[in-house]
Amino acid sequence: MKDASPAKPYALHLGVIALLFALSFVLPEYHHGLLARIMVLAVFAMGYNLLFGYVGLLSLGHAMFFSAGLYGAGLAVIHLGWSVSAAFAAGLACGALLALVIALLALRTSGVAFMIVTMMFAQVFYLVILYLAAWTGGDQGMVVPQSMRVLVLGSTSLDLTNPTVRYMSALALFSIVLLISLAIVRSGYGRVLVAIRENEERTKMLGYDTFSNKLAAVIVSGTICAGSGAAYALLFGYVGSSFASVQYSILPLLWVLLGGAATTLGPLIGTLFMYYVIDVASGYTSAYLLIVGIALILLVLFFPKGILGSIRQRWLGWLP
Amino acid sequence: MTDKNGFFDLSRSALTRRTALKVLAAGAGLAVAPGFVRYSQAQSSAPIKIGFQSHRTGIGAAYGRWYEKTTAAAVKAINDAGGINGRPVEVIIEDDGTDPGRGAEVVGKFASQHKTDIVYGTLFSHVVIGSAPAAGEAKMPYFVVSEGHHVASTKLNRYVFQPGITDVKSQIQSMAPWIAANAGKKVTQIFPDFAFGYDHRDYLPPALKAQGAEVIAQIAIPPTESSFTKYFPQIPAETEVIYHVMVGPAVLTFVKELGEFYGSNRPQLFGFIDSLEATDINSPGLEFLDGSHFWEGSPRYAQPDDSPAQKAYRAAVGIDDNGASVGDPKDVSTAAHMFGCWETLYVVKKAMEDAGYKGPEDRAKLVEATEALTEFAEGPEHPQGPKTFNGKIHQCFGIQNISKVEGGRLNVVHKTKIEDGLYEPEGDYTTQAL
Repeated sequence: MKDASPAKPYALHLGVIALLFALSFVLPEYHHGLLARIMVLAVFAMGYNLLFGYVGLLSLGHAMFFSAGLYGAGLAVIHLGWSVSAAFAAGLACGALLALVIALLALRTSGVAFMIVTMMFAQVFYLVILYLAAWTGGDQGMVVPQSMRVLVLGSTSLDLTNPTVRYMSALALFSIVLLISLAIVRSGYGRVLVAIRENEERTKMLGYDTFSNKLAAVIVSGTICAGSGAAYALLFGYVGSSFASVQYSILPLLWVLLGGAATTLGPLIGTLFMYYVIDVASGYTSAYLLIVGIALILLVLFFPKGILGSIRQRWLGWLP
Repeated sequence: MTDKNGFFDLSRSALTRRTALKVLAAGAGLAVAPGFVRYSQAQSSAPIKIGFQSHRTGIGAAYGRWYEKTTAAAVKAINDAGGINGRPVEVIIEDDGTDPGRGAEVVGKFASQHKTDIVYGTLFSHVVIGSAPAAGEAKMPYFVVSEGHHVASTKLNRYVFQPGITDVKSQIQSMAPWIAANAGKKVTQIFPDFAFGYDHRDYLPPALKAQGAEVIAQIAIPPTESSFTKYFPQIPAETEVIYHVMVGPAVLTFVKELGEFYGSNRPQLFGFIDSLEATDINSPGLEFLDGSHFWEGSPRYAQPDDSPAQKAYRAAVGIDDNGASVGDPKDVSTAAHMFGCWETLYVVKKAMEDAGYKGPEDRAKLVEATEALTEFAEGPEHPQGPKTFNGKIHQCFGIQNISKVEGGRLNVVHKTKIEDGLYEPEGDYTTQAL
């Protein structure tokens, strides 16, 4: 953020997108599939990062936004027979609406109280999913029928169960959200968010309506997370309550901390890193979560700002 | 070798010494080339690879451990008897953390990295449902040992099978005649307020009604509850049978508090052993269960009338007469369910042999061969009992056991018939494309 020149950051981000595109053609089948999933979940982490990294609001309830998208899209297909694009829009709308309501209530608090309130709302959301088991499938969840996971674009129809289509769809979503994130953090609005994080009182004194800015941030963050959830339902064909559990509220926090909070590419790096640590470690021991824990402790000790955050601090000050 | 003009035609009369040496050298070169060795093995003796999606961690870990033991025993027995189609069986285990998201990834890993022939062994319903789309998309036969009704509901896909254990709908239906005839006509159900409980909530009332009995109250207990006393006053006074299916660590508290609530003057108790799998029936706090009855898929305790096949199965898996690990009496097994692993692997063996299965290119044939199966006779391959198989709904049907807690053990007092658990199919997987 020290360098105002937009060329370097945009070149880097477009380069990352180009690299991910190129990887589609060279990656072995398994890693190809895994990376598609990682990109979708990295979108979840990017949504989380917007609020946590840039506004400094630590939410422990973002699983509800992810699952609002997941169920919004999944149930629209399963029960209403909506098309993929309509269902995706429904998922986004559910996330945005939920984020608006939660923000209006939760933003009356800050700090630890904000964490607790968001966590409680997420728990309520989780229990509502279980309670409405007749429609949501409860704890077992539901399968989005393979035959309905077809994206119709004009005269062409794309089968989302095809690995290449799935990868490219995940990449498209990831790229759009990445560029939106970059645009937001480089915009005047993004600077206001950072100002709120650094000193909310001072920002108020400068004449900014911090509540409205935070409200908008929660809605954008929730909508991005819902987009990730909706994509997950449509690309991978399963909606289940485990995605609304507290574990999925903590995961994006870990991904963002690992990759580097308040860095646009950090969420991708963190998600990628954590996924591969689990994938490799679980091949050797059932205590793989212990290895994940040790990796996290080491990172906090030696890279307290996360991987990209530390790189920015030490070498590349211009990283957004 | 059939080309009479070819280099390898040893029948030609004019075989010179130079030619013979060339042939020998070429043969030796091929034999030591790693590629050749792999190729020839792939055609003949390369192992059949079974990807075992195991609950090593997470809520299903106790089941996962015993599912692994049973699988190892079954694979050893199959390999000792010559393997499948003359090829040894190799099991590759991946932990799914009892999580549906990770489950789907593990299925993908089996399909594209380990390149297993099938995926097998999943128990928890949400993991099965979460993984089924990945299996269907990879066209990977997926043999689960879950007892959930999800396979038979035909809501999954053509690649998912449950041939080694009956489903919960069938189990509940089989229990109703015995409950109505022996325990009582007025039944109150207590169940956890999530999917496992809902199967019981939905399937028991019609099954009891058909037997002239009725469910007079249904008490759903939220999954987060740790104390149950406040729910017991909801049990109607005229209740003759309490039908309970509480699961998870809270079950010990549940039983203890139920005991304190009723004292010695209690209604009949009937439960599903799922609550107490891998838990010693003589644990402190469970005394109140003495004299009550449980459903068991396969009996935990050795019974006087155990068949030779049942005895051999128990010895192979390594469980003693009390259903605990041989050598560690505290390590209680999940006997009521884990036999399903043993039987499923033998169904896979039979289907692969029927299909002439050679490799992943024959997976569609394997699906069709499995769908063509109709009956499994009781014996070493099916020690729990005889079964029928409905290829349209990919589900087997078998006998169930009702056991009474007496003298600190579970004694089988009734065995149901296969017909007791049959129901109308809800769909037909065979109409789906392969």
